[in-house]
Amino acid sequence: MYDLIVIGGGPAGLAAAHAAWEKGLKHILIVERDKELGGILNQCIHNGFGLHYFKEELTGPEYAGRFIHMLEDTGVEVLLDTMVLTITSDRQVHMVGKSTGYRVEEAKAIILAMGCRERTRGAIAIPGQRPAGIFTAGAAQRYVNMEGYLPGRRVVILGSGDIGLIMARRMTLEGAKVLACVEVMPYSGGLNRNIVQCLHDYDIPLYLSHTVTDIRGRNRVEQVVVSKVDNRRQPIPGTEMVFDCDTLLLSVGLIPENELTRQAGIRMDPRTNGAVVYENMETSLPGVFACGNVAHVHDLVDFVTAESQRAGRAAADYVLGAAPSSDSVLEVNNGDGVTYTVPQHIRPNRVEKNCDLFFRVNRICKNSEILVTSGAQTIAKFPREHMAPGEMEHIVLPRVLLERAQEDITVSIQEGASK
Amino acid sequence: MKELICIVCPKGCHLKVDETNDYKVTGNGCPRGEEYGKIELTHPTRVVTSTVQCSGGAHPRCPVKTSAPIPKELILQAVRCLDGVKLTAPVHTGDVVVPNICGTGVHFIATRDL
Repeated sequence: MYDLIVIGGGPAGLAAAHAAWEKGLKHILIVERDKELGGILNQCIHNGFGLHYFKEELTGPEYAGRFIHMLEDTGVEVLLDTMVLTITSDRQVHMVGKSTGYRVEEAKAIILAMGCRERTRGAIAIPGQRPAGIFTAGAAQRYVNMEGYLPGRRVVILGSGDIGLIMARRMTLEGAKVLACVEVMPYSGGLNRNIVQCLHDYDIPLYLSHTVTDIRGRNRVEQVVVSKVDNRRQPIPGTEMVFDCDTLLLSVGLIPENELTRQAGIRMDPRTNGAVVYENMETSLPGVFACGNVAHVHDLVDFVTAESQRAGRAAADYVLGAAPSSDSVLEVNNGDGVTYTVPQHIRPNRVEKNCDLFFRVNRICKNSEILVTSGAQTIAKFPREHMAPGEMEHIVLPRVLLERAQEDITVSIQEGASK
Repeated sequence: MKELICIVCPKGCHLKVDETNDYKVTGNGCPRGEEYGKIELTHPTRVVTSTVQCSGGAHPRCPVKTSAPIPKELILQAVRCLDGVKLTAPVHTGDVVVPNICGTGVHFIATRDL
């Protein structure tokens, strides 16, 4: 019997396992389906990782490498090339591996760190023919950065998520021509800095409020048709632009990969597509925790690390019997302007000193205030000059304030309130 | 007055730089933003990342980066230095892959072990 089994060896799993080890668990297993640890960081060869956590700017492989080295100094066991098939409510983990075959391991606690996957053409139903040359941006990233293939020469990118922006630059540096980046929303879904250093630096046009309305080509993509959309995101006839290209990359969102979570009967949140979690990242199944992109899609790996360390420490507390028994639970609701919050539930007596709360806004908000209310009472206010849906917001709620809350908490945005 | 988005870290502060007043920077959340605002309008630089071929390792490509930011106008010239470079495993993080890129004194270094 393991103290802890961590499912997934990406940044979330690595940080969670390390934190649990540091907190005193000695019998930990990481199960990873790829042939190496590090997860998606291995293909994110650009820099910009680690500014918060390591206080320096690292590339994805360097960031992963640091955690892999940290784990090498521990007794954490790792099973590579091994896929978890099922987890049960009594914390049995069924897995199948290349060298180990089918096996079942039991654990006192489980951390779900499976990450997320990309939405595909099917998920957004783009009309047109079905030729070769249509890739998700992340698949193209793996081809270019790890396997050494260039997926195309003349490229249109749909979606302005970070991976799409990063791939616009990457394909350009590898000699491809990126004709356009097309975004259906009136604002970009990616980080501002990626708009600047991936599109502006290389004079790649960004078409906001536009989308792909046709894909043409018999065997390989030959043309992509892009149209302007109205404020209900419907294409406007007569605005079509035709791009002659051989490749369409899709950067149209990420979906937490929660088949195992659902199968185990863990309560899900339709807003995050992840499990409903408490302040310590515990799910509705006691002793099972979720962290990183499987819980909600993050923009920055540094925040994945911090969240996963909390989950790792909480799993250790659970196994070592150090977790206080809980009584009152506050539900965190979305108010105006807020798409989701993580955690969705807070047990004030389990909060050490402060409770981190993450959320996204549903529109661009300028000079606004984040209001945290409980009934008629405002328990905290945070001013923000600029917020955008592409950038996750983070506030810190001190335990003393949470203990004062009489009823469930609501997080909302009040625009133009301050100054 | 020029408006910029700081790219030093993913926070993306909205900077204002006054060219007429010794490139005075406002709107920055940290001292690095001030430095970025000045440099971006006087001589912009970037860290460049790419890959080179590698045989004998777990993957056929090894990721690399410039050991320091290089002038923005040298980016395309710099990545061209990587054409035809072939490494053989073992490679270690920090190994110099191409020294002194375009006479800048900056090197391309490996960013993973292979």
